[in-house]
Amino acid sequence: MSAHAAILPILIPFAAALLQLAGGGLSFQRRIGLAAALLGIIAAAWLVQLADGGAMLVYALGGWTAPFGIVLAVDRLAAAMSLLTALLAGAALLYATAGFDNRGRHFHPLFQLQIMGIQGAFLTGDLFNLFVFFEVMLLASYALLAHGGGLARTRAGLAYVVLNLAGSALFLIALGLLYGTLGTLNLADVALRLQTLEHNIALARLAGALLIAVFTLKAALLPLSFWLPHAYAAAGAPVAALFVIMTKVGIVAILRVQAVAFAPAAAMADLLAGWLVPLALATVLFAALGALAATRLRYFAAWLVLASAGTLLVAPAHAQADITAAALYYLFQSTFIGAAFFLLAELIAERRGNVADAIKPGPAFHAPWLALGFFLAAISAAGLPPFSGFLGKLMLLSVLREAVAGPAIWAVLLTAGFLIMAALARAGSRLFWRRKPDMLPPVTPAIAWQRSAAVLLLVAAGPLLALFARPVADYASRAAAQLHAPGAYINGVLGTDKHSITRETRP
Amino acid sequence: MEAVVAIAIGMLTACGVFLLLRARTFPVVLGLTLLSYGVNLFLFASGRLRLDAPPLIQAGAAYTDPLPQALVLTAIVIGFGMTAYLLMLALRALAESGDDHVDGRMKP
Repeated sequence: MSAHAAILPILIPFAAALLQLAGGGLSFQRRIGLAAALLGIIAAAWLVQLADGGAMLVYALGGWTAPFGIVLAVDRLAAAMSLLTALLAGAALLYATAGFDNRGRHFHPLFQLQIMGIQGAFLTGDLFNLFVFFEVMLLASYALLAHGGGLARTRAGLAYVVLNLAGSALFLIALGLLYGTLGTLNLADVALRLQTLEHNIALARLAGALLIAVFTLKAALLPLSFWLPHAYAAAGAPVAALFVIMTKVGIVAILRVQAVAFAPAAAMADLLAGWLVPLALATVLFAALGALAATRLRYFAAWLVLASAGTLLVAPAHAQADITAAALYYLFQSTFIGAAFFLLAELIAERRGNVADAIKPGPAFHAPWLALGFFLAAISAAGLPPFSGFLGKLMLLSVLREAVAGPAIWAVLLTAGFLIMAALARAGSRLFWRRKPDMLPPVTPAIAWQRSAAVLLLVAAGPLLALFARPVADYASRAAAQLHAPGAYINGVLGTDKHSITRETRP
Repeated sequence: MEAVVAIAIGMLTACGVFLLLRARTFPVVLGLTLLSYGVNLFLFASGRLRLDAPPLIQAGAAYTDPLPQALVLTAIVIGFGMTAYLLMLALRALAESGDDHVDGRMKP
């Protein structure tokens, strides 16, 4: 059974989506969806446990061995991202079952297919398969973004779809170049051949650069990040919460391709050097300014997602295990907190009538738990002690002290952190303290238990990840050490007699 | 033949990018379609261009690389689905707002 563990996080949502499409009412779909989410968490947790044994889990689909067949290659990083996805999806789905899933058709199958795409993108060891899972993820996200209807969502959806279709075209060009130059699309095999590449180095570098460009589009690096605030703010709250992990798909793809394929190859090692860190820092500043200027809480949450993406993109260019480890811890906590903000924004908006989530004084409403949740999430997001946001930032800053661009990174991250803190304080005081007594709050029913549970689970990640910082950070450093020793990855996928694979000579 | 294929890819891509930068949704959809044609041809050419060679390996006979053909097939199917969805979305935006400007501004 454990031989098939690697495919379970992909198969479970797929099977659930098929069951939900086959029929049944909304309550049937909800039950199937929640059961699949729970099973997915269990499967992913099992995968983490298996991967933490230290050996690569390689699953050859259909029994066709690499490099000719498609493989799933699960190391500690992939397993951890799978668990993160499953947990986030579980919370978002629980929130959605309180009524959001009723606002349009086919919410549940689409949600499961989106989970399948994200899981596949994290687990696959083949670049074309990565493209396919990207498309599965994106197709579901296009439809989920439009779920609930309304002109704003359609408009945002249109721009989002066009941009990502153009990105897919670039991805295919990169894959075509890579296949034309190296004759393989298996990541481990690509890594192996790049190390011995003698001809066509310029073409391989071009392919690598295009690939990174596509990933930075998904990760929303600055010149390619203008789509994110509109798309995320327009999406429904649970959908936006799930979308938070999609920027992380791009970041992890960059981390993996850089560590496994580019860093060990002399021709490609400097591909990220010199431009990624400045652009990432610019993204952080841009996002901090955006957060200061945001007039609605949903936009504010989207800018926070962008800020964390920028912070994380400082890591890949260094290709150092300790920096990656700190970035991974930061990634885990920022995902949960970012998602929590989107859910909180909707709950707050519902209690403020026409003012909704606009960051200005509104009617008085009595929701102490909501205020407390916002406060806890804000502390984590601003990077204030004692929660995980502080620890994540502290780890990242302390390992980056020795880096070449260390002073610049420190200056920008701390300035941006201050700006975000000021923006959070302003938003919090306007939303909860400055009230207009002449405005009456709308009559809202009590928050459904599914919604409070989902928000609680996500917000609790801040204190919990601080409380269990040691095991999580240890796991992150083991994952990073494994990621930056790509020899084991290549041996795991291709076997130890990899040099005896017969190659076709190409013109 | 290489020159013809290269010119075709270049023309399709250039026209696709030009149309993609238009401000109305219909040219954008057309541009994406042209772009995906260009990309598919490019993928096809990544397996090298060979005449009169089937993508089947037989002892001694000439054959062409079958993998790019499989990749192109996948890319065509995905691109087809995406274009259909994009068209529906563009139509919905047109129906909801009464104009097909990509930014939703009515000013000509």
